[in-house]
Amino acid sequence: MTALAPTAPAPTSTPPSTLRARVRRNPAPYLLALAGAAWLLVLFVIPLISGLAVSLMTGNPQDGYTFTWNWGVYGQLFGPGATTPYWLFLGRGVFYGVMATIVTILVGYPMAYFIAFRARPEWKNALLLLVMLSFLVSFIIRTDMWAFLLSDQGPVLTVLRGIHLVGKDFHILGTSAAVIGGLAYNDLAFMVLPIYVALERIDPRLIEASADLYGRKPATFFHTVLPLTRSGIFAGILLVFIDSAGDPVSPSLLGGTHTYTIGQAIQDAYLTNQQYNVAAALSTVLMIVLGVILFAYARIAGTDNIEDLV
Amino acid sequence: MSTATATPAPAVMAPTAPPKKRKGPWLPIFFWVFLVITLLPIITMIVYSFNDTPTSRITFHWHGFTTYWYQNLTQVQGLPEAFLLSVVIALLSAIISIALGVPLAMALERYKFWGKSALSTTVFADIAAPSIVVGAASLSFFLSSNITLGFWTVLLVHVTFCLAYVVVVVRARLSGAGMVLEQAAADLGATPLVAFTKVTLPLLVPGMIAAGALALAMSIDDYVITSFVAGPAVTFPLFVYGAAKVGLPPQVLCFGTIIFVIGLLVMLLNSWITRRGQR
Amino acid sequence: MTSTDPALMRGLTQSRMSRRTLLRGAVTGLGALAMAATLAGCGIKGSAGEAAQNVDWKAFWASQKKTGHLDFANWPLYIDQDKGKIPSLEMFTKATGIKVNYQAVIQNNAPFYATIAPQLRAQQSIGYDIIVMTNGWEVTELINNGFVMELDHSRLPNFAKYAADNVKNPPYDPNNAHSVVWQSGFTGLAYNKKLSPKKITSFQDLLDPALAGHVGMMNDNTELGTGGLLAIGVDPVTSTPDDWRKAAAWLTKARSNVTGYYDQSYIDKLQNGDLWVSQAWSGDIFQAQANGSTDIEFVVPEEGQAIWHDNMMIPMQAQHPVDALEWMNFYYTPEIAGIVEDWVNYICPVPGAKEYITDELEDPDVADSPLVFPTDEMSARSHEFYVFKNYDEYETWNSIFNPVIQS
Repeated sequence: MTALAPTAPAPTSTPPSTLRARVRRNPAPYLLALAGAAWLLVLFVIPLISGLAVSLMTGNPQDGYTFTWNWGVYGQLFGPGATTPYWLFLGRGVFYGVMATIVTILVGYPMAYFIAFRARPEWKNALLLLVMLSFLVSFIIRTDMWAFLLSDQGPVLTVLRGIHLVGKDFHILGTSAAVIGGLAYNDLAFMVLPIYVALERIDPRLIEASADLYGRKPATFFHTVLPLTRSGIFAGILLVFIDSAGDPVSPSLLGGTHTYTIGQAIQDAYLTNQQYNVAAALSTVLMIVLGVILFAYARIAGTDNIEDLV
Repeated sequence: MSTATATPAPAVMAPTAPPKKRKGPWLPIFFWVFLVITLLPIITMIVYSFNDTPTSRITFHWHGFTTYWYQNLTQVQGLPEAFLLSVVIALLSAIISIALGVPLAMALERYKFWGKSALSTTVFADIAAPSIVVGAASLSFFLSSNITLGFWTVLLVHVTFCLAYVVVVVRARLSGAGMVLEQAAADLGATPLVAFTKVTLPLLVPGMIAAGALALAMSIDDYVITSFVAGPAVTFPLFVYGAAKVGLPPQVLCFGTIIFVIGLLVMLLNSWITRRGQR
Repeated sequence: MTSTDPALMRGLTQSRMSRRTLLRGAVTGLGALAMAATLAGCGIKGSAGEAAQNVDWKAFWASQKKTGHLDFANWPLYIDQDKGKIPSLEMFTKATGIKVNYQAVIQNNAPFYATIAPQLRAQQSIGYDIIVMTNGWEVTELINNGFVMELDHSRLPNFAKYAADNVKNPPYDPNNAHSVVWQSGFTGLAYNKKLSPKKITSFQDLLDPALAGHVGMMNDNTELGTGGLLAIGVDPVTSTPDDWRKAAAWLTKARSNVTGYYDQSYIDKLQNGDLWVSQAWSGDIFQAQANGSTDIEFVVPEEGQAIWHDNMMIPMQAQHPVDALEWMNFYYTPEIAGIVEDWVNYICPVPGAKEYITDELEDPDVADSPLVFPTDEMSARSHEFYVFKNYDEYETWNSIFNPVIQS
């Protein structure tokens, strides 16, 4: 897994300054990248801009939408005069994202640690496979099975009521907890894998040395192992948070009346109400908010964090 | 000369195993408990796919074992078509995204060129962007450009997000391999083309397979993005989501079980082959 | 995810951010705005504005031929089923030779309409020859925008002969120019006799705290709003925006008891016991009872219930319109309507089917059920939906009732 040191010859002449000169000098990368880059440009970058453009349109499904530089739509949706509390839905989405991320860390880290350090080497791959196994099944089926299992008359609650652990009126579905649980469950793999990879890369001698220095297991863990795996945790947080904050499926299948999130709002605005400009505006805001949060997190966690990942 | 047997030079003390600390049981317990939790829905799915419900919808009450649903997989209107559509789109997406992504990954990993970091950031953004934003943006794009929603829009969008995964996986494989082997081949007199086909390509193949498998899995399971751009087309996740509202037909569970078993066999086969390779 | 590939994770976590890239990003952002401005040329077309095509319907229908194939889109659980086969469609195929591709893809009016509207605007075929939609804004849109064909009633003699009076010449489609009713239905309340602490007779019961957390309502704006209007004692057909606001206030009050706002998934939750009371469609309840959930009962609230009609329509650019007409004609007979009704159990548009079901199918449960062949008294307590005159009214209705659902 160690990268071979690159031995490309250093350029001996001054690098070409114009694009044409560069292409002429070595057309290989441009040719290779052309098709893929063009595809990404047309079908990824332009749609994102298109989303911004549609948010600035005014109109309705009847008369159509025209582009009018309507920046006011953002004020309408999130400002004090908003009829629907979109800011609440956005906040809820972020909240669910954060909570789901925390849950996946709390569950996923120990699991990854177990496989990396406590399992016998010949079993490691098999165990990792077992963790990933459930993701072979469509996540909608899995979520629906949870809705099935956690419903009021379903097996889980029947058992819990039978052993008198919960009261008669206790229900799981329809609560924020159910939604967060669903989100965390579906994204567990995204957290376990990067942490496992990071753990595997730790030189075991470091742990020995740390054990000699600190003596006690918890200290070894917090002072040595955890910092060395920051990169893995960061990668996991990135994937889990982004996926959970905007997900409309778990709140829809597992949630209730006070779990309506921004993801559902965007979906409803597009698919049910056909308010394209509103939907596009919500989507753009979500993207910006998530981007800002992640960027801030990256800065706080320290840029050295990202660089030592390579 | 001393006749005493030369004392062996003090051997470097072989590292003694640290005193066997008793490892607590909590971590394994934690692991296995949560592992079972992650597998609970799967087990439920498999078990209830054999449930003989009278109403063609799944229920908790156990009505008896039957393989009826497996024998009548095609009974449910629209389910086999949805499944087939998902498989077709997944296969096409995987192929196209590999065709586009492998060259792109090579360009990004091996060369420096104008626009490299922008392109790299774009690929990263493609993976990191939330599905709902990508779906919404794609829909905006198709609506503004008056493109009809359906099979082709689904395919286009699937290729777009699979592309990013392919690039990332292949880049990671390439970064491990380095250019040394190619240069060695060049030193031995191979032309660039020969070096590519005989050296680089075989190295790439496992990466391509891994990327393809990943793209396949991502595409077959995608719900959010597809729900925006599918129009009248119905893929398997879309079908399941809709059916879940009124009560899933057991055949859906059968399909899920079959996919699961196939995937499991593939994984087992894969690790068995790797193990044999290692020996 | 089938790949346990550490390489993927390595690749995902590679660094690519630097200050220069950030500056570049800012520049790109400005460029994006510039591009957005150029995209200004592209708007999104609306549904009106496309002049309803002036079609000579006589000539159109004269030129159409039977093709032997029919694509039929409908709601789930809305046609007779027998272990995966559809007897009525099979009889149709036997009698006419037309093969039917039946798709139960319609879950809710608004999302389905949102799916097909762009194609209809672009004058493309949506892939179906018959669609079934509830009277409401979407149907009004379809008719006003010329998205559905005018029916050739000379080929629908059975409709004239057998249809009930209350489905002929409905207010939302005078003279059945574009639609014939497939089924009608009541929206009332349903409750689980065993789990609910009290008998439910009125909308006001929904406010009872003893039911907290086990009450369901519909997430369709029209259904929810109509329910709210009935709860405050207003006839929906003659209601005003002020009434709508009062209804929304009542619904918001009820929200503390409500577990969720559902599309057809309420029936799943009623059957498995998560919900004790819910707004419900009469046919769903009848079917649930027939399927063994005998604890669930349908109630016509004291304040009244809503009645709606699901209408068969032929969208423009349908590929097999004559076959569609053939099915409509075939359906409007006591025999076929009876066979379908025996399974679907909503309100039958063919009164003659009652005798057929009693005599031939020998199913008094269906034939005598007021949910399928309603009594005059029930019909008296049934109210139609409000008919929107234009988009602004619809917007107002939505903006008043959306916040109840989105909370």
